[in-house]
Amino acid sequence: MKALHNLLEKIKPQFEKGGRLEKFYRTFEAFETFLFVGGNVTKRGSHIRDAIDMKRTMFHVVIALMPVMLFGMWNVGYQHYNAIGLEVDLIDQFLFGLIRVLPLIVVSYASGLAVEFIFATIRDHEVNEGFLVSGLLIPLVIPVTTPLWMVALATIFAVIIGKEVFGGTGMNILNPALLARAFLFFAYPSYLSGEVWIYTQVQEGQALVDGFSGATPLALLASGELQYLPSAMEMFLGNIPGSIGETSTVAVLLGALVLVATGVGSLRIMLTVVAGGLFTGLLFNLFATNPFMEIPAYYHLILGGFAFGAVFMATDPVTASQTGTGKYIYGFLIGVITVLIRVVNPAYPEGMMLAILFMNVFAPLIDHYVVQANAKRRLRRLKNAQVKLS
Amino acid sequence: MSKVIRIKRGLDIPLAGEAEKILQTPPRADEYAVKPPDYHGLFPKMLVEEGARVKAGTPLFYDKYNEDVIFTSPVSGTYTQLIRGAKRRILEVRIKADAEDEYVQFGKEDIGSMTREKLIEKILKSGLWPAIRQRPYAVIANHKDVPRDIFITAFKSAPLAPDLDFVINGQEDLFNLGLGVLSKLTDGDVHLSVHTEKTISKAFTQVSGVKLHRFKGPHPAGNVGIQIHHIKPLNKGEVVWCLDIQDVVNLGRLFRDGIYYPQRIVALTGPEVLNPRYYKVLAGTRISPFTNKNIRVEQGVTPRFISGDVLTGEKINKDGFLGFYDDQLTVIPEGDKPELLGWLVPSLDKFSVSRTFFSFMMPWKKYRLNTNIRSGERPFVITGLYEKVLPMDILPMQLIKSIMINDIDMMEKLGIYEVAPEDLALCEYICPSKIEIQTIVREGLDAIQKEFA
Repeated sequence: MKALHNLLEKIKPQFEKGGRLEKFYRTFEAFETFLFVGGNVTKRGSHIRDAIDMKRTMFHVVIALMPVMLFGMWNVGYQHYNAIGLEVDLIDQFLFGLIRVLPLIVVSYASGLAVEFIFATIRDHEVNEGFLVSGLLIPLVIPVTTPLWMVALATIFAVIIGKEVFGGTGMNILNPALLARAFLFFAYPSYLSGEVWIYTQVQEGQALVDGFSGATPLALLASGELQYLPSAMEMFLGNIPGSIGETSTVAVLLGALVLVATGVGSLRIMLTVVAGGLFTGLLFNLFATNPFMEIPAYYHLILGGFAFGAVFMATDPVTASQTGTGKYIYGFLIGVITVLIRVVNPAYPEGMMLAILFMNVFAPLIDHYVVQANAKRRLRRLKNAQVKLS
Repeated sequence: MSKVIRIKRGLDIPLAGEAEKILQTPPRADEYAVKPPDYHGLFPKMLVEEGARVKAGTPLFYDKYNEDVIFTSPVSGTYTQLIRGAKRRILEVRIKADAEDEYVQFGKEDIGSMTREKLIEKILKSGLWPAIRQRPYAVIANHKDVPRDIFITAFKSAPLAPDLDFVINGQEDLFNLGLGVLSKLTDGDVHLSVHTEKTISKAFTQVSGVKLHRFKGPHPAGNVGIQIHHIKPLNKGEVVWCLDIQDVVNLGRLFRDGIYYPQRIVALTGPEVLNPRYYKVLAGTRISPFTNKNIRVEQGVTPRFISGDVLTGEKINKDGFLGFYDDQLTVIPEGDKPELLGWLVPSLDKFSVSRTFFSFMMPWKKYRLNTNIRSGERPFVITGLYEKVLPMDILPMQLIKSIMINDIDMMEKLGIYEVAPEDLALCEYICPSKIEIQTIVREGLDAIQKEFA
């Protein structure tokens, strides 16, 4: 440890002002603070500070994402071998997924972090930790068949247009990971709908099984092919087609447990999203005119990206509502709009992405009214006090 | 009995080194200092020349913007030195103390026969006036105001704060006398806040002539700002005064004996103190007479001396001087050592409100917390955290943002008049983005004060 620290201290002058690599100071600093929590001490205000920092916060979200990531990798392999009718063991299924998913993750992190480092250098601020989470979220919300260049493009777009133009982490209006997905969804629709969810490129001597359909349960529902719909248990466990990380509600719940237990994620938002989804689902049940409206309301929670979005996307503290009361409204409306888009909208079978992005845009408005309400309470108190005086 | 006001949101930081209830009188310090930076917004103008002989109660300087507010020497001796900082700002006015004190006599009239104006004049002249602070702005009270109410807290909740029950012991008569003076200064009430369980001293619970309020809950329940908010919140245009119980005692002494005697019973606390206990001293004393040989010596660990508590106190040197308002001295280790992958390892010796460190499984543990910040400053990212430690109907993050963009109108709407930096000290402590919230709140208060000056 001492040797490593000495090494860093030794090369540090080259990166500091006047040094040969001065331009890369922010890059050096990012790695330095990654390796060592600095010895900088408080100067003003509170002399002691809570041990938590952004790195640890973000790291815990990454931990929470581990179950869905690992399950997603396995599911990629499982779906693939299922499609070609080959029976292999769990390890092989996982390894196949690992080989397919890992490049997506690497590309996402590499392209996004490159942009982050460049902007940190231009703006001369420390590299923010936000992308540690976004970089893992992006590969988890796209199909495994997405080309790598597309992942890179979407990531760069999301980081620049979604985050840096607003001033970087903490200032963005839209969730960067969802923006990346939305970018792909609208720029390359054929890569994000239809038969893209399962890796179906076969090697010589392999063939897809007869009657194979790679449609997601949501697509089946939208097209009315209810006879192919997987059982609720399958959808809950997650061995169904879909984006890499979204299929398993169980794995998402494990992640939610980590987020809530450590106090990093907002339980308030998670629960209200679920409440909003259930409420709208039940409402449709009451006035059902087609099969999609008739499905049990709880199906919405285990279908598609609902659980994943509720736990990992809607809870993004920067783009969600920032006031306590606002969070209830924000979460509930996400649930409502998701189911609304799913059931009523003929074009998009999945509503979670658009619902969250939509509410991201509305979150400041919700907060505005909550803040105004607080200000009004104070004003009313002032008026009452003046009445008493006069 | 009045109803109990339960404070639900807040945090008691488990810092090691609580003072044992033993009161000692240390040897008299060789030097004392009056420190203008203790009084926010003060612009001192000296009244004495270097080398002048002063008595306890002799004026040293006054406030340029309020010439009636004067600052007097706590002891008799020789004014030896003026310590200046950047831009020639006066930091310390040092008095070399005589072996025995001589006092300026301010007279011993009967309080009952004195008018409000006479009372105020006497307090001003003695130099005890700065002990009375006002809200809004958390600065020395303006003696030309008539405060709506006066608030006093009889318990403190800050980390390792002194037990005021112990402090008041034996000074009950002076305390009552002081309260009598205060009740004549306001048209409203004198409010005294006690803790439902911890406050047992009859000096507080059976006091007469004041409104008694019972509080319960974690820090900052003992902050007078929080108490005002729950008892009778401050509106725009209103002024309330507040002061520490030890200054109520000193006020009583001024009227009983006619002398300025700013006594402080100070709790010497913190993980670096070998024998944490209480000391009877005067405000502005050099701290070394009672800290000497009582601080842990460890290879490679520098102690930090804080006049006040760890959340709001002022960093001083090891032979520095006690701040005027402080009844506590905290000594903690500096955290100037880098730590390999410190953000990653599941340390047991770090405390966090979040449950991202395993230490949350040991709620009984007391910590030797240091001054490491652990990260550079970041923009706001995490929301809903400050609210957990600010038991007021105030949106802390929105208020801080309005101050950052200097939006006076918004600051008013969001309740800037009701807060002081100390009330949001815990927000600063828990902030994962390491934003200097107390500094920002102070900037906001300054901006508002300037706007309406």
